Amino acid sequence: MLAFAIRRLVQAIGVMLVVALISFIMFRFVGDPVNQLVGVDTSPEDRAALREALGLNDPVLLQFGRFILRAAQLDFGISYQFKQPVAALIASRLPATLELSLVSAFFALAVGVPMGVFTGLYPRSWASRAFLAISLIGVSLPTFLIGILLIFLVSVNLGWLPSFGRGAVVDIGFGWTTGLLTTSGLQSLILPSITLGLFQMTLIMRLVRGEMLEVLRTDYIKFARARGLSRRAINFGHALKNTLVPVITITGLQVGSIIAFAIITETVFQWPGMGLMFLQAVQSVDIPIMAAYLLLIAFLFVTINFIVDLLYVAVDPRIRLGGARG
Amino acid sequence: MSDATEAAPVETAARAPGLVARLRDNDIWFSFTRSPITVISAVVTLLLLLSALFAPLIAPHDPFDPATLSIMDSFFPPAWTGEGDPRFLLGTDDQGRDILSTILYGMRISLAVGFASVLFAMVVGVTLGLLAGYLGGVVDSVIMRIADVQLTFPAILIALLIDGVARGVAGPNSYQDIVFGVLVLSIGLSFWVQYARTVRGSVLVEKNKEYVLAARLIGLRPWTIMVKHVLPNVLGPVLVIATINLALAIITEATLSFLGVGVPPTQPSLGTLIRIGNDFLFSGEWWITIFPGITLAILALSVNLLGDWLRDALNPKLR
Repeated sequence: MLAFAIRRLVQAIGVMLVVALISFIMFRFVGDPVNQLVGVDTSPEDRAALREALGLNDPVLLQFGRFILRAAQLDFGISYQFKQPVAALIASRLPATLELSLVSAFFALAVGVPMGVFTGLYPRSWASRAFLAISLIGVSLPTFLIGILLIFLVSVNLGWLPSFGRGAVVDIGFGWTTGLLTTSGLQSLILPSITLGLFQMTLIMRLVRGEMLEVLRTDYIKFARARGLSRRAINFGHALKNTLVPVITITGLQVGSIIAFAIITETVFQWPGMGLMFLQAVQSVDIPIMAAYLLLIAFLFVTINFIVDLLYVAVDPRIRLGGARG
Repeated sequence: MSDATEAAPVETAARAPGLVARLRDNDIWFSFTRSPITVISAVVTLLLLLSALFAPLIAPHDPFDPATLSIMDSFFPPAWTGEGDPRFLLGTDDQGRDILSTILYGMRISLAVGFASVLFAMVVGVTLGLLAGYLGGVVDSVIMRIADVQLTFPAILIALLIDGVARGVAGPNSYQDIVFGVLVLSIGLSFWVQYARTVRGSVLVEKNKEYVLAARLIGLRPWTIMVKHVLPNVLGPVLVIATINLALAIITEATLSFLGVGVPPTQPSLGTLIRIGNDFLFSGEWWITIFPGITLAILALSVNLLGDWLRDALNPKLR
């Protein structure tokens, strides 16, 4: 177990180094950092002085080392666009994105698992067919289109829910603003979370359905039926419990992509999170924000993957022998 | 699996005479005719493809010819709503462009970018997969480690990053000229991994078979063996991935264009049209965004269904 964990950790660090190299190359070689920081009327001497002060004349390897060292201390430089430290900008946008992502993941689980159980237990009922049709739409339609259609139906036509922004937010300390404590904040969360979570919901539903169909055919379920256990005990106590391992893994892995896909949802709903800021950075070539966002997302992904890998081994010892891929 | 792949070279030799008969008696054709949803989605896909291909002939207006546009025609609702104009079946946008025509032309661009990026991803992925599988060793580990790292990130994020970097390198003015190339590059590069992994897996199986050994024995160069002998035998799964990826590529292009980093408004794709129309959603001009949106949904859904069916039909485990 320990050897496995260490091997995984080394791999994770390797991935982070590669990603750091990519963001360093972006940071250093896409556009000229000096030109981005000074005005047009700055003299060549001042530019040269700034270049020297920023350490841009040092050997590239030294610069890369310094980049990693600074990134480890959460210092990602100054945004070209906002002229503020990138770390502070991201920190101010982080709560919005994390809240949206977690509520979406919760929605995906809370709706996807029961739908999957139902379609697995009654595969021939009309409701199951309807659920499957919905899931097909959830998989095929682009996220932004789902968002627009929801805005059109619920906000524009029915006028039930707000279609943009976070509503009123409350500061609960450490600079963390939450919309979970106000009515308008909660109302604003509904449409974006459905939009963001729909894909994951369909994924979870199909997964649970497939696992349930498989498990219900196994001998121990037949045996439980022969013993005369109640349907509820069989379906939930025995069958569902055994489907949950892959569900937990997939959900864990999906949290990362939810955060990345938040870029699209945040744009549709003008949600003031990291994704919207990243998109604006791409449009205006604000490299420090792009590099920092890339590193942050990579870190989240690698951490989640690492934890999920360890959990997997803890739950299913067979994997240790086979040696998971890679 | 091994039976099918071993039989393939023999079949290739006998393919020329009765292709139609072979297709008719094929069990893939049989499974196709037995699945009504697949037939419907194939017909819909074909209709959309043809109408995009012949857009200049069937579109009632030319939305890119400024001479035919009139600002007086702007914001007409669809023809059946009463306030609409019978000349514009699905209404007009803010510049007086006919929505139906912009959709037909937009679909052309969406499909062109989709096909081009799938082709690009296929060429890159298949080449790297062949190299990794056939050469093995350091080449293999380097390519597959890159694939592993890339696989951890969602495709859309990679496409966005490539796009952002291209903007920075090219500068704002010349960026407009290369935007289509950048789109194909960024979507293609975010999808190559699947091809590489699949091809590598198949090559690892193929390269120990007698025909490859024989080819090596008569002194063919590795590149010739890879391209002429191994490649034809590993292409089946590649085509399945390509079909499924086409839907994904179209969606990714639409998403990028919607986010404002894709196709410019002067030559709008479906995604750009939805983005333009989105600004008018709240003022009541819903048709500008909803009709391109529905078109995109139908296109993505039918290509997806086709890909799903193809995957199941070619998967021997499910037969």
